[in-house]
Amino acid sequence: MDHPFAITLDTGTSLANRTGSWRNSRPEYVDRLPPCNHACPAGENIQAWLFDAESGKYEAAWRTLTQDNPMPAVMGRVCYHPCEGACNRAELDEAVGINSVERFLGDYALKQGFAFVQPEQETGKKVLVIGAGPSGLSAAYHLRRMGHAVTIYEAGPMAGGMMRFGIPKYRLPREVLDAEIKRILDLGIELHLNRKVDDVRETKEAGGFDAVFLAVGAHIAKRAYIPAGGAARVLDAVAVLRSMEGEEKPLLGRRVVVYGGGNTAMDVARTAKRLGAEEAIVVYRRTRNRMPARDFEIEEAIEEGVLMKWLSTIKHVGESAITVEKMVLDEKGFPQPTGELETLEADSVILALGQDVDLSLIENVSGIEVKDGVVQVGGNMMTGFAGVFAGGDMVPSERTVTVAIGHGKKAARHIDGWLRGENYAAASKHEIASFDKLNTWYYEDAPKTVRPMLSIVRRRSTFDEVQGGLDETNALYEARRCLSCGNCFECDNCYGMCPDNAVIKLGAGMRFIFNLDYCKGCGVCAAECPCGAIKMVPETI
Amino acid sequence: MNEITQKLKFYQKGTHTVGNRLVSERDRSVQASIDRSNALTCGHRACQGCGEALGARYAIDAAMRATNDNIIAVNATGCLEVFTTPYPETSWQVPWMHSLFGNAAAVASGVAAAMRVKNRSEVRAIAQAGDGGTTDIGFQCLSGMFERNDDVLYICYDNEGYMNTGVQRSSATPPAARTATTPAVGAEPGNVFGTGKSLPKIAMAHGIPYVATATVADLLDLERKVAKAMSIHGARYIHIHVPCPLGWGSASHDTIRLARLAVESGFFPMFEAEWGKLTASRKIRRKVPVEEYLKLQRRFAHLFKNGRTDPRVARLQAICDRNIEEYDLMPAAVEP
Ligand SMILES: Cc1cc2nc3c(=O)[nH]c(=O)nc-3n(C[C@H](O)[C@H](O)[C@H](O)COP(=O)(O)OP(=O)(O)OC[C@H]3O[C@@H](n4cnc5c(N)ncnc54)[C@H](O)[C@@H]3O)c2cc1C
Ligand SMILES: Cc1ncc(C[n+]2csc(CCOP(=O)(O)OP(=O)(O)O)c2C)c(N)n1
Ligand code: SF4
Ligand SMILES: [Mg+2]
Repeated sequence: MDHPFAITLDTGTSLANRTGSWRNSRPEYVDRLPPCNHACPAGENIQAWLFDAESGKYEAAWRTLTQDNPMPAVMGRVCYHPCEGACNRAELDEAVGINSVERFLGDYALKQGFAFVQPEQETGKKVLVIGAGPSGLSAAYHLRRMGHAVTIYEAGPMAGGMMRFGIPKYRLPREVLDAEIKRILDLGIELHLNRKVDDVRETKEAGGFDAVFLAVGAHIAKRAYIPAGGAARVLDAVAVLRSMEGEEKPLLGRRVVVYGGGNTAMDVARTAKRLGAEEAIVVYRRTRNRMPARDFEIEEAIEEGVLMKWLSTIKHVGESAITVEKMVLDEKGFPQPTGELETLEADSVILALGQDVDLSLIENVSGIEVKDGVVQVGGNMMTGFAGVFAGGDMVPSERTVTVAIGHGKKAARHIDGWLRGENYAAASKHEIASFDKLNTWYYEDAPKTVRPMLSIVRRRSTFDEVQGGLDETNALYEARRCLSCGNCFECDNCYGMCPDNAVIKLGAGMRFIFNLDYCKGCGVCAAECPCGAIKMVPETI
Repeated sequence: MNEITQKLKFYQKGTHTVGNRLVSERDRSVQASIDRSNALTCGHRACQGCGEALGARYAIDAAMRATNDNIIAVNATGCLEVFTTPYPETSWQVPWMHSLFGNAAAVASGVAAAMRVKNRSEVRAIAQAGDGGTTDIGFQCLSGMFERNDDVLYICYDNEGYMNTGVQRSSATPPAARTATTPAVGAEPGNVFGTGKSLPKIAMAHGIPYVATATVADLLDLERKVAKAMSIHGARYIHIHVPCPLGWGSASHDTIRLARLAVESGFFPMFEAEWGKLTASRKIRRKVPVEEYLKLQRRFAHLFKNGRTDPRVARLQAICDRNIEEYDLMPAAVEP
């Protein structure tokens, strides 16, 4: 440099001064686990598909979603969305409407006719799936994508399990269910209907299957002993709902009493209303807040005119009336009889007291442990009989479609490992991106989108779908409400706010890196990262 | 805007951030751009988390974008000059001149005159200085520049004290703040109440075309104000609030947060004025009591000694409240 003293300096000559040596802690980019993903029983990468969706890349979003769950249009209707219960956004205003965006993506994919990518290679292994409910279908889907030959044996006349023979049409239109099942089967999965398996071991050997996934659900209605007169019509809820799928609709009469407080009770009461019952009364032993049914289902049932009789048990069923006894809750919350009786007119009584698993197909198989009426499985979903795995309603867990689908995925991974003679080990989970990791200043206020509901009149008289979906505008808006917890969304805050210009932007989709030659470790980037994707780590000096 | 376009335009993950992948490059901040000029580049010797280094890069990059890089910057003595240009190095990547501590405005006036004479008036002059160099020693030159309406944008980086020489009080130091010359001792610990001046108001009194205040916590607003200033000819003044971790005794990672709290408490009002008249003010988004701002800074620690809150805090709150009223900082109540 031969410039005159202190007159001219070359631009940017300070680059010779490596200020990175001042640092005593360094920033690192991290991917933390969003609470929604953490809460999803099907293990969906929700934040990732919302990220695709918010830029209008719906197909990419759907493909990311279906890596984990092959039935988004069904999920977007029947899932109880624990993700929304965990969503960080709830602490700002309201949770992101994850479920409604999922439904939008599912419906969009059906409209566009998206298909799953066929497996690239065949492994030559044969897996038998017993039961074509959500758990069986999910396992079949994942196993097939891994290249295994999959056969499903299903006892019923159609696939879907409780999604078809339990959940009523007004919550899950059958065209949607059919289309999502078909798309799974189109992967080249063999489905045998009306093929009830009586003995797992025999069937496995006869078919030369390398592994079996059991997913027969829980279909045997629980009974309660109620003294009844000769002509009384006492039905069970599962049978009533199942017959809704046949030609002959069930005859329930004008006054229908439903006994029980779960989702099934709500669905059967609402079905009775739609079939023309003047009165549908739910009789339940305890109080509303102790009902196992979800609050929104109770609310919707009441809106449709279903009557609730809490703190009551049925003592006797007569020809056209029943006797109920009033209950009180003791200090432990258990209902206790009061001796106070009341008569209710009723043409039929439907019991909705829960379901048991039909275990006959494993009776002759040694090693499979059954406890409390359900099949015990290990962390890898395998039963005590090597090569036989189980999931869904027939194993101990919460009984929902989403859990069943999650079991199917998990079992498929372990079955795949087992077939290779390896142990499948899930990747270790990242630290959770809890609310305190976020800098919410950067998010704009935005209330949740409300989904349209069918008019009450039509809800009382038709089986049309009750809850509507979002249109594209609303779905895009809703996706953009996501805070992207724990995962960089390329907002450029770190790049823009570094006083030392020590963040290098790599370009769209490629995120950033730190220039540690100049980073002084001030921590501004980590403090101002909206979504908690930067962590300060002490330097070892 | 109807509801649908409003929803399509909803970029909540980017309404307040530096960049936003959902909008076109053109609509993002200058700082989000992969090829921003980095007028002030790496290797400078500012402290960790320096607000002034950040503010200067924000402002000069924005001015360069607005003028197609036709800028000559004049810099008064102070931290910004010292930490960027220790001989024989400089961090500047823009034609840049060091004046004296008190005459940046006059030197910039000279640069503007020279460009005019050379028929190069597209090359614009910017003067930059600290609050000491602006509100105290440089005040006379600055007032002259305003009064003559010279074509200069003058930017004051206000860190509320003479930081470069060891944190002495300036006429921009807030009341109660401890500095080397206003120690936290005696009956009135820290800087006294009732002194100091508001340079933006004084600039407005000169009736110049444009005056604005800004902070490093609101980049989009800062860039807009600089671009606006560069679209106007004549004397312009921008006063940027820049937290100083060393002088204020704050954590280096709290720099942006402090600048934000200064605005959200009403302590530092953000506004614009044209020809001496207030034209706009930046509304408070999430109002906070002034304590939240003060408690992060050791220069105010004596106000919260032994778990007690000094009555002077209420006087500082009163200053905030007066700003809120004077500059109309609260958003209009939304109809329920
Ligand atoms: C009325 C009702 C409403 C519900 N609503 C919801 C809801 O809104 N959201 C939600 O998440 N969950 C809901 N559930 C629960 C959910 O439907 C179940 O948890 C889920 O379907 C269980 O899936 P699965 O695959 O384990 O079993 P299932 O869905 O029961 O499927 C099992 C399948 O196995 C077949 N099978 C049985 N035995 C044999 C055999 N021996 N050989 C061959 N095939 C056999 C059956 O025919 C059936 O198709 C509801 C349940 C009911 C009853
Ligand atoms: C005429 C003159 N007096 C004193 C100084 C010493 N001096 C250099 S920088 C400075 C303080 C600068 O304060 P400010 O303008 O607020 O800038 P900061 O360093 O805080 O950014 C002083 C007093 C000088 N350089 N020239
Ligand atoms: S804001 Fe987005 S990433 Fe965070 S929990 Fe909610 S949906 Fe998941
Ligand atoms: Mg200063």
